[in-house]
Amino acid sequence: MEQTMDIFKRRKMTYTAVFLVFIAVFAGASYVADFRVVDGILSFPAAISWIASNLIPDQAALERLPNILDKLLETALVSVAVTVVAAIFAFFFSLLGSNITKIHFAVKRIVRIIAAFFRNVPDVVWAMLLMFSFGQNILTGFFALFFTTFGLLTRAFIETVDEVSSDCVEALEATGANLIQMVFQGIIPSSLPGIITWVLYMIETNIRSSTLIGVLTATGIGYLFDLYYKRLDFASASLVVLSIVVLVLVIETISNKLREVIL
Amino acid sequence: MALLEFQHVSKIYDNVTRALEDVTFTVEEGEFVSIIGPSGAGKSTLLRCINRLVDASSGKIIFDGQDVTSCSKKELREIRTKTAMIFQHYNLVDRLSVVENVLHGRLGQKSTLSGVAGHYTEKEKEEAFRIIQEMGLIDQAYKRCDELSGGQKQRVGIARAIMQHPKLILCDEPIASLDPKSSKVIMDHLKEINENKKITCLVNLHQVDVAMKYSGRIIGVTAGRIVYDGPTEGLTKEMIHEIYQSNENDLITDVAG
Repeated sequence: MEQTMDIFKRRKMTYTAVFLVFIAVFAGASYVADFRVVDGILSFPAAISWIASNLIPDQAALERLPNILDKLLETALVSVAVTVVAAIFAFFFSLLGSNITKIHFAVKRIVRIIAAFFRNVPDVVWAMLLMFSFGQNILTGFFALFFTTFGLLTRAFIETVDEVSSDCVEALEATGANLIQMVFQGIIPSSLPGIITWVLYMIETNIRSSTLIGVLTATGIGYLFDLYYKRLDFASASLVVLSIVVLVLVIETISNKLREVIL
Repeated sequence: MALLEFQHVSKIYDNVTRALEDVTFTVEEGEFVSIIGPSGAGKSTLLRCINRLVDASSGKIIFDGQDVTSCSKKELREIRTKTAMIFQHYNLVDRLSVVENVLHGRLGQKSTLSGVAGHYTEKEKEEAFRIIQEMGLIDQAYKRCDELSGGQKQRVGIARAIMQHPKLILCDEPIASLDPKSSKVIMDHLKEINENKKITCLVNLHQVDVAMKYSGRIIGVTAGRIVYDGPTEGLTKEMIHEIYQSNENDLITDVAG
């Protein structure tokens, strides 16, 4: 009995200690970085009133709506195209890195390193680098998004494939099926829901990222935002942001519906 | 000539774990053999060495006159088509229909392209439906496998195995996840296949009573070694205790018997 009480007591002490450590780290970091919490919170009202007076889209901004929607559509379509193309490449690449296809372990390691490299270089950095070769062009944005999406999806697909299809692949292997048959008859059917979920998620993410990349490459909705922002036309710029939010919400709703139907 | 022959087969995982040690036995065509033994004794490894889902570390396995342990990739594929396998967790492609899963049994005999496209001949499809009918699943033929019960899934597993036209069916704990009633259905099907289709069955089992009821011969495995190999009638209570390394009244069979 005494022992069980001891366990509860120790657990409580652990939680308290962890909480105190967090507080200490926060306080220490704030002090080093010269970050004042109280000042930050106190400046909120001023910020909100500035937003209210400058960022509410006015009549002039609304007249620009058709133009904004046009660019928004372009950005959305590029994002969808990038994600789908990257997903196809990533799927076949992920098979090389998966545990269940049993290709040489060195290949597996190399695939994972390549995927990690593409994924961990931020898309904005990719865009800046690619600008040297492609210039300020929609292709720059396309490839920047392609590389990060490819890296991230390869990693995600490796996990999905390993998790979902090891049992049925074993069975297909026992029937004498070869690797390619196993991929099309076992791995693809069983990991399809996971793959679709990831692709839909990446489409959403890429619409958001493409805005920022568009600022750099002077294309799509990002270009418009940059333009209005630099003209100090904050009302129009905020309309751009709002339209992106609406678009992402719409895409999210569509993808949820799609998921319900497919799965 | 024996259908299957194990000659001093050993399997060591990662240079440490000894799963099989010097296993030697033969199985004649048409036999129904049960392999019993405690969990982790190496029963699954033993079965998987036959179709090379696991590679034996040393020794020789001869199946149907072919050396499994040193065959080419093409020969291995051929051996696998002749040795069907049934799994504890059914290992079906859950999101495909029953008939598609049954047709998977033909993959080993098909070209890569028609396997990829899922293209089967009319004859193969007719046969698949006939087997599904025999398994009593005709109403479920177009259902997705994740809609089936465990017992039904295992019957799909058996149908897939028969579809291969195998000489030997390897059953890895076929009833370990099933209720007693479904277990009986599955074991009856296996017995029926063995007697009517003359397919040899090698079955891993946890249930000693089931093994004694259905098989003519029992192999007892403990810690990777064969400690009993003989007719079911020769399996004494003392022998069972030796296989499971247990004492008097420690086993559920002691209570039931």
